[in-house]
Amino acid sequence: MELFFIFVAIVLTQNFVLHYFLGICPFLGVSDEMEGAFGMGIATTFVMTLTAIITWNINTFILKAFNVEFLEYVSFILVIASLVQLVEMFLKKYLPELYETLGIYLPLITTNCAVLGLALFMVLREYNFVESAIFGFGAGVGFTLALVIMAGIRGELNEEDIPKPFRGTAITLLVAGLLALAFMGFSGLVPT
Amino acid sequence: MIREFVKGIWKENPVFVQVLGMCPTLAVTTSLINGLSMGLATTFVLVSSGLAISALRKLIPDQVRIASFMIIISSFVTVVKLLFEAHIPEISSQLGPYLPLIVTNCIILGRQEAFSSKQPIGKTLLDNLGMGVGFIFALVVLGSVRELFYQGTIGGAQVLGTWYKSMIIMVQPAGAFISLSLLVALFQRLSESE
Repeated sequence: MELFFIFVAIVLTQNFVLHYFLGICPFLGVSDEMEGAFGMGIATTFVMTLTAIITWNINTFILKAFNVEFLEYVSFILVIASLVQLVEMFLKKYLPELYETLGIYLPLITTNCAVLGLALFMVLREYNFVESAIFGFGAGVGFTLALVIMAGIRGELNEEDIPKPFRGTAITLLVAGLLALAFMGFSGLVPT
Repeated sequence: MIREFVKGIWKENPVFVQVLGMCPTLAVTTSLINGLSMGLATTFVLVSSGLAISALRKLIPDQVRIASFMIIISSFVTVVKLLFEAHIPEISSQLGPYLPLIVTNCIILGRQEAFSSKQPIGKTLLDNLGMGVGFIFALVVLGSVRELFYQGTIGGAQVLGTWYKSMIIMVQPAGAFISLSLLVALFQRLSESE
């Protein structure tokens, strides 16, 4: 049950994008069409789950064991950067079809603050191994959900006559604000 | 020379015009003081990593440049985090994980990739400082607006009278998105009419 609550919390009530403001850049920039948003979401979920699993091990068995926690940020960002590279090479070699679909989004994930944020939150909340893996996967699902919803709304917005100063960024942020309001309706789903 | 500095503050403002570094912008601007500390910390990392990268620009191989930049940036972030923890622990705990998240602030990597890694040290200093000041400006404005409408104060000083009922939405995520949206629109309107 505990694990289920972690998952629901990170997908709905404490969504990474709409509650913690993590991964806003791809959220505002890429989400123009549904398919692209979905591809980006899947690729990020994949990297996030792996990041959670690997950084948990690094944090527990290297950083804590040798008392070098001040290396946290340097080692986490190295893990993420090399992980993204690794995933890219693996997909290119063994699953070329999937690579074709996800390829262009992969390098962008390194600078997605949601991935590093995930590792930092995981350490801060002292999750155990299974909890971390669920947390990482859930964060990815929540990110995908927000991205896909946003893509849908922006598709509709293209048809509308928006006041000039609001075109582009401002209207997107306004929509994000309304989405955040709507997601507040989920609070209470998870007992705190 | 002076143009390198000024462009970051208004014409190429990283937040209002380039829409970069959104995570810290939205997350920590619940009050003026939080916004200001975040802006200063980011500027410090931006300028010092810019200087390091500009100085090393001929030594860093092109293929591994992004990874090298990330290592340099995250080292300086570690320095800031330790300094904050030692000297201003309350602010450090309020900023929480958003302080280490300076590592992935796209303003920093963007500046290093587009400017510092190609330009001499003097120009880099001015450019990075200008961008940093532009970022501080944006955070301070957003922080003040949100604090004002949340509880009628700016930087802790009472501005609106005691009649003002606090508006909790302003310190919640929805308030952050909506206030930034209105500020971006205002900024566009202002620069249009120039």
